[in-house]
Amino acid sequence: MEDGVRSAPQVVDCDVLIVGGGFAGCGAAFEARYWGRDLKIVLVEKAAIERSGAVAQGLSAINCYMGMRWGENRPEDFVKYVRNDLMGLSREDLVYDVARHVDSSVHLFEEWGLPIFTDPSGKYIREGRWQVMIHGESYKPIIAEAARAAASQVDEHVLITHLLTSADDPHRVAGAVGFSVRDGTFRVYRARVVIVAAGGASHLFRPRSAGEGWGRTWYPPWSTGSAYALLIRIGAEMTQMENRLVVTRFKDGYGPVGAFFLYLKATATNAAGENYEVARRPGLRERVGAYADATPLPTCLRNDLMFREIQEGRGPILMHTERVIDSPEKETVAWEAFLNMTVGQAVTWAAQGTDPGKDPSELILSEPYVLGSHAVCAGAWASGPADLASGEYQWGYNRMTSITGLFGAGDTIGGSAHKFSSGSFTEGRLAAKGAIRFLTDHPERPPVADAAVESMRSTIFAPLVRFLAARPKITTGSVHPELLFPDQGLHRLEKIMDEYGGGVGSNYTTNDHLLARGLAQLTHLKEDLGAIGAGDLHQLGRAWELEHRVWTAETVLRHTRFRTETRWPGYYYRSDFPKVDDEHWHCFVNSVYDPATREWKLFTRPVRALF
Amino acid sequence: MPTYVSPEKCKGCMQCVNICPSDIMHIDPVEGRAYNIEPSMCWECFACVKACPEGAIDVRGYADFAPLGHRVVPNRTPDRIYWTIRMRDGSTKEFSFPVRRGKWGSIASPANEPAPDAEAVQSQLLSFEPDYLAVEVLPTIASSAPT
Ligand SMILES: Cc1cc2nc3c(=O)[nH]c(=O)nc-3n(C[C@H](O)[C@H](O)[C@H](O)COP(=O)(O)OP(=O)(O)OC[C@H]3O[C@@H](n4cnc5c(N)ncnc54)[C@H](O)[C@@H]3O)c2cc1C
Ligand SMILES: Nc1ncnc2c1ncn2[C@@H]1O[C@H](COP(=O)(O)OS(=O)(=O)O)[C@@H](O)[C@H]1O
Repeated sequence: MEDGVRSAPQVVDCDVLIVGGGFAGCGAAFEARYWGRDLKIVLVEKAAIERSGAVAQGLSAINCYMGMRWGENRPEDFVKYVRNDLMGLSREDLVYDVARHVDSSVHLFEEWGLPIFTDPSGKYIREGRWQVMIHGESYKPIIAEAARAAASQVDEHVLITHLLTSADDPHRVAGAVGFSVRDGTFRVYRARVVIVAAGGASHLFRPRSAGEGWGRTWYPPWSTGSAYALLIRIGAEMTQMENRLVVTRFKDGYGPVGAFFLYLKATATNAAGENYEVARRPGLRERVGAYADATPLPTCLRNDLMFREIQEGRGPILMHTERVIDSPEKETVAWEAFLNMTVGQAVTWAAQGTDPGKDPSELILSEPYVLGSHAVCAGAWASGPADLASGEYQWGYNRMTSITGLFGAGDTIGGSAHKFSSGSFTEGRLAAKGAIRFLTDHPERPPVADAAVESMRSTIFAPLVRFLAARPKITTGSVHPELLFPDQGLHRLEKIMDEYGGGVGSNYTTNDHLLARGLAQLTHLKEDLGAIGAGDLHQLGRAWELEHRVWTAETVLRHTRFRTETRWPGYYYRSDFPKVDDEHWHCFVNSVYDPATREWKLFTRPVRALF
Repeated sequence: MPTYVSPEKCKGCMQCVNICPSDIMHIDPVEGRAYNIEPSMCWECFACVKACPEGAIDVRGYADFAPLGHRVVPNRTPDRIYWTIRMRDGSTKEFSFPVRRGKWGSIASPANEPAPDAEAVQSQLLSFEPDYLAVEVLPTIASSAPT
């Protein structure tokens, strides 16, 4: 286990480095090879790409597909949908760009063998306007196969902890470092371009589940905010980090609702059997104006209606599956939705004795998550495509961040919601093409200072060294006066975010005082990260995941504090600014952390309509 | 839970260790068999259950909300997955779904395609486009004015 501390680093020189082999990372590997035939393309993943990331268990739908060939939707229809769903705030150039390309990705998936539901003519069966149904248990291994066929090298069980910058220019990326969670070797990747595709963040806020069920979050426990922390720490500009996501889910098992609301057309009622979404609409209109009349009703506002229903004592909220499951085929659709995507919900049905053909299921609102690919758009500020973007939306290469040579895709990139699996894969392809164009114009290999790499090595392995030094001072157990263990730090983080940042424990509500207090507590936690101990490589991984979550959380609090309005009721509420304030806040909130001065800058950027 | 491993069946082959996205399936150094080292960071994703060649891994629902007495068991073959569900009252349900059409290992590298020219690199088109869009041209905002 001391290998990484003592042995020589394993150094890999490559042209394209992809961090994270999820949907976006696999798309990037595939596309980079198409355009860069002779390039060395290295994909680094902390787990095994057949089952890593948010799609580890498979999915039951592709939630982003236009169907342009059947004249179903045009990209601008999708832009309008996303614009409404995000309460007006979208990078419409990025959204349009995903929409116009996403069909080609889905057609590749079908050719690769993904079973998509089709009618006898071969037309895809729709779950909803944007969603198609799939038998998606093996969605991830199929996509992983394409990435393996394309990449020069796939390094698995390597956790990336930091990005490297050029010795000549702190705003030019030059690679990444990390360690093998298996053998503890120190890994150094020197690259000409880097594409970060490391997914979203769960466990920033305290989950509803407790004890053994701590891991039962909707977004997986291995989505640790690495995508954000890696970027933030070298000074990349971030956007919409306050735009956290709360999802309506089957209670406890956290099964997603899409197949039930959209395909099976089930309705949800309060305990009295009232369709509260209809009954409470007039009150919603009073609070948010015309946003209440958008179709579909924005995701956050659907949450808001459910939230108030529960607050006002009319729960539980029930999803009436029993009213729509009237055939064995529909019963199969209901079970498949979960067996292919959230097996834990099928386990919950079996355990609680819920038969969806006979019994309704309870719904609940989840704890908040931070990501960029669902009904939410936190992430890095990125350059758009040259034919759709200009001015502060465009600086040369599609999906390049504000750091030269650093690209991102999927949950990593902000401002463009509703990408989901297919759109994240597509954005990976877009980022890879942008990266190849960058390489064509920039033949250089950015220099990396050996001293900087050495100092990162000691930082990375410090928790192991600290543990060995401190351990003899106590008998055994987890209580130590000088050390904190990663799970202890994570519990502290979740408590801070829950109570000060607007989690379930505080009814998603916060204000300036609470946020200031939360930031002060986070400062202490950041200081205490210097006392994290790790007894083995697994713990060392957890230590770095915690570090990434803490940096992500701090950015979320800073953004939430800066936006003095309640833009997305149902995601969170600012009790001191309870209204949607279009006059002042119809804009993006962006931030930059300066690693040299350790200062944060928060500012706004305009939202521009594409048409 | 989270997953648990039957000591009679596990041979310590490491498949679950390699596939677990959460890095929580490890081999007990004394027993030489796999176990879940951190059940509270288990997502019940079943990746290890599906990967185990001995059928040694099972899931018992999270103790904080799942009553005992259930089982959800997959049997994944190259083209289909079979699920057996035992409800709390002892009744069972069975489902099976396709997982893949065609052969595993059949996806070719995109490098097998003819190399794109310099003009294509500068265009907005991705690989396999416009063919795989199945529409004639890639939309841009100028070409897609409201109808
Ligand atoms: C339960 C659930 C249901 C969903 N349902 C649907 C659906 O029906 N249809 C749909 O289209 N979409 C669905 N989604 C959304 C979809 O899964 C995501 O939009 C998509 O996976 C995002 O892609 P990504 O590449 O950004 O992240 P991910 O796919 O999560 O990939 C991130 C990758 O980065 C790796 N990584 C992270 N940190 C590091 C690090 N420090 N070092 C190295 N590697 C790292 C991770 O292990 C992972 O492999 C669902 C998601 C969930 C959780
Ligand atoms: N009530 C609803 N009205 C309109 N769209 C919905 C509704 N509920 C879910 N959706 C859409 O259905 C798809 C699946 O959503 P979810 O079930 O919430 O998420 S999933 O990604 O985990 O499957 C998404 O595209 C989501 O926006």
